[in-house]
Amino acid sequence: MLKEIFRMSWHNITQNKIRSFLTILGILIGVTSIITLITIVQGAIDEIQAKMDSLGSGTVMIQAYGTPLKSGLTNTDIESLLSVNGVLGFSPTISTTIDVWHNGTISEDVAIDGKNEEYYKHGNGTIVMGRGITAYDTENRNRVCVIQLSLAKEWFPGEMVIGKTIMINGASYVIIGVIELDKNSFSYMYSSSDESIMVPYTNVMIISGSSNIPALDLYIDTNGNTEKIGDEIEQKLNEAFNDKDDSYSIIQLDTLIDMIKSMQKMMEYLLIGIASISILVGGIGIMNMMLVSVSERTMEIGLRKALGATPIMIQIQFLAESVVLSLLGGLIGLILGTLLSILGCLAIGVPFALSSTAIILGVGSSALAGIVFGYTPARKASLLNPIDALRRI
Amino acid sequence: MARKLLDMRDIVKSYQVGDEEQIILNHIDFTVEENQFVSVLGPSGSGKSTLMNIIGCLDVATSGEYRLAGQLIEDMDQTQLARIRNKEIGFVFQSFQLLNRLSVLENVELPLIYAHISSQNRRKKALEIIERVGLSHRIDYFPNQLSGGQQQRVAIARAVITQPSILLADEPTGALDQSTGRSVLELFKELHREGRTIIMITHDAGIASAAQRIVKLLDGCLFEEEAVNA
Repeated sequence: MLKEIFRMSWHNITQNKIRSFLTILGILIGVTSIITLITIVQGAIDEIQAKMDSLGSGTVMIQAYGTPLKSGLTNTDIESLLSVNGVLGFSPTISTTIDVWHNGTISEDVAIDGKNEEYYKHGNGTIVMGRGITAYDTENRNRVCVIQLSLAKEWFPGEMVIGKTIMINGASYVIIGVIELDKNSFSYMYSSSDESIMVPYTNVMIISGSSNIPALDLYIDTNGNTEKIGDEIEQKLNEAFNDKDDSYSIIQLDTLIDMIKSMQKMMEYLLIGIASISILVGGIGIMNMMLVSVSERTMEIGLRKALGATPIMIQIQFLAESVVLSLLGGLIGLILGTLLSILGCLAIGVPFALSSTAIILGVGSSALAGIVFGYTPARKASLLNPIDALRRI
Repeated sequence: MARKLLDMRDIVKSYQVGDEEQIILNHIDFTVEENQFVSVLGPSGSGKSTLMNIIGCLDVATSGEYRLAGQLIEDMDQTQLARIRNKEIGFVFQSFQLLNRLSVLENVELPLIYAHISSQNRRKKALEIIERVGLSHRIDYFPNQLSGGQQQRVAIARAVITQPSILLADEPTGALDQSTGRSVLELFKELHREGRTIIMITHDAGIASAAQRIVKLLDGCLFEEEAVNA
C-alpha cells in the first residue's frame, strides 16, 4: 500500500517536471546553503584549531618578570603551581650565553637553555639521536647535554655526535642527544636561539648564578576545566608576587581555542537561522503547489474516494507527495551542497570534511518541511466531499 | 425468494435552502434483488443523481432505512462509507472517469489497491477482467489513446473487478454514439446473464429498456413500471 502511494507520488511529481523543480527550488537552495556554509565554516575552524593544537594546546606559558626583590619563580613557587588540580607537569626555561669548547675550538656566546624531562614529552621537537634529559639528570645535576641538529652538523660534520664531550663554563658535558625543534611550536618561537644547547636546568641555575626561574611552561589536563585551572594558576602567581602588577605574563592557548569554538557555535546558529528562513520560504512554495494540485485533481480525488479510498489514504497520498517533493529538494541540495563545499574548501585551502550535523540538519529539515507544509493541503484533499468532487465533471 | 441486495425504506433526502426545506427524495421505497437488471428512468431534476449518490453510499439519506447487502447504511463516517463503496459498489460513470496518467491495467487495478490486495493478485485479476471486456491487446495503453467505447469498457472492468454486490451505472452511454452505446449495453446484458446485479440510471427510455425492470423517478417519487423483457 505504501509502496503504491509513493509510486503514485513519484508519478505525479515526474509528470510536471518543471513545476516540481520550481517548487523544490526553495528547499534545494536552503539545504545547499546549510550544508555548504556549515561545512566550510567547520573546515576553517578545524584548521585554526589544528594550528592552535600544534602550537601547544594544554600548555600554559608563564613569563615571570618578577619584582625588584624577587627576580623569578622559586622552587616553592613552582611546587605551589604544581599543586593546582589539573596541572600535570612543568618545563622551565632558564637561559644564559657562554663560551663553549668543542673539538679543540671555541664558540663564543652560545645559548644554553636549562630544561627538564617534561620538555621532551610535549611535542616541542624530535629527538633524532640519543635521548633527552631525564629527571635523574636534573636531580643529580648530571653534566649531560642535548644539542640542536644544526649545531651538531656544524660542530661535528660527519661524525658520531653522541658520547662526544664539550666544555661549558670549564666543566665537561657529554652529548646524550640531538634534537630537531618543531618550527610550528610556540616553544620554538620563544627559544633563545636556533643553535642552542640544552642542559639540565639545575646546572644552568649554577652557571648563571640564579636561584629563580624566569619562565616556564605548565602542562595541564585538557579534559579538565581549563579555564578554572588557568584561574587557579593566576591566583598562585599573584600569591608568589604579592599581587604586584606586571610581575608576570601568562598565555593560555586553550582559552583562545575555547573562544574560537564558541564563535563557531554562534556562526553555526546564525547560518542555521538564515537557512531556516530559506527552508520556510521553500516550504510555503510547496504548500502553495500542493494546494493547487489538490484543486486541479478534485475529480481524481472524488473518483478515488468513490472507488473506496478512505480519507486517511487520500491524506497519506498527498502528504507522501509533498514529503517526496521536499526530500527530493533536500537530497539534490545535499549533493549540490557537498560539491560546493568541496570547491569552497579547495578555494580557501581548508580540509574538507562533511559534517554529519549538516547532513542531518539539511535532510531532516526538508523532510519536516514536507510534512508540516503538506499537512494542510493533504487534509483539505481528504475532507473533499466525493459528490462535490465528482460533480465537477 | 431471491436475496434482497438493496433495500430502501421510506428514504427522504432534503436540503435546507435558506428558510425553506427542499425535498429531493420523497419517501422512497426501493428494493433490488440479487441478479436483477434495473433501470432508474427519470428526467433531469427528478432526483436521479441524489438517489444514485445514496445507493452508491456517496451520501446518506436524511431519514429512512437503507440496507445494502444486509448492512445498514446509517450514521457511517467517511471511512466506513469508503470501505462499503470499495466492497459493495462498482461505479460506471457517464464520462468514464479514468485517470489519464495511468495505463488501462493500472486503472483497472485501482480499486484493488484500496482493498489492500497484493500487487501480484491485482495484476492477475485485472488481466482476467480486461480479457473479459475484450481489451487484452490494450493493457498498456493510456485512456486518451482509446475510443470512447473502449474507455467505457475499461471503466466497466474497473467497476466489476472487486466483485461488488451492485454495479451502479450513471448514464453509461451518455457520452457515446449510438452503436457504441448499444455495444456497451450488450456488455451490461452479458454481465447480467453472468449473474451480476445492475442498477442503471438514465433519462433515456430507449436505453432504460435494455433492463429487465424499469422504475421511474418523478419529482422525488419512485414508480414501478411493468416488466419489459427478461
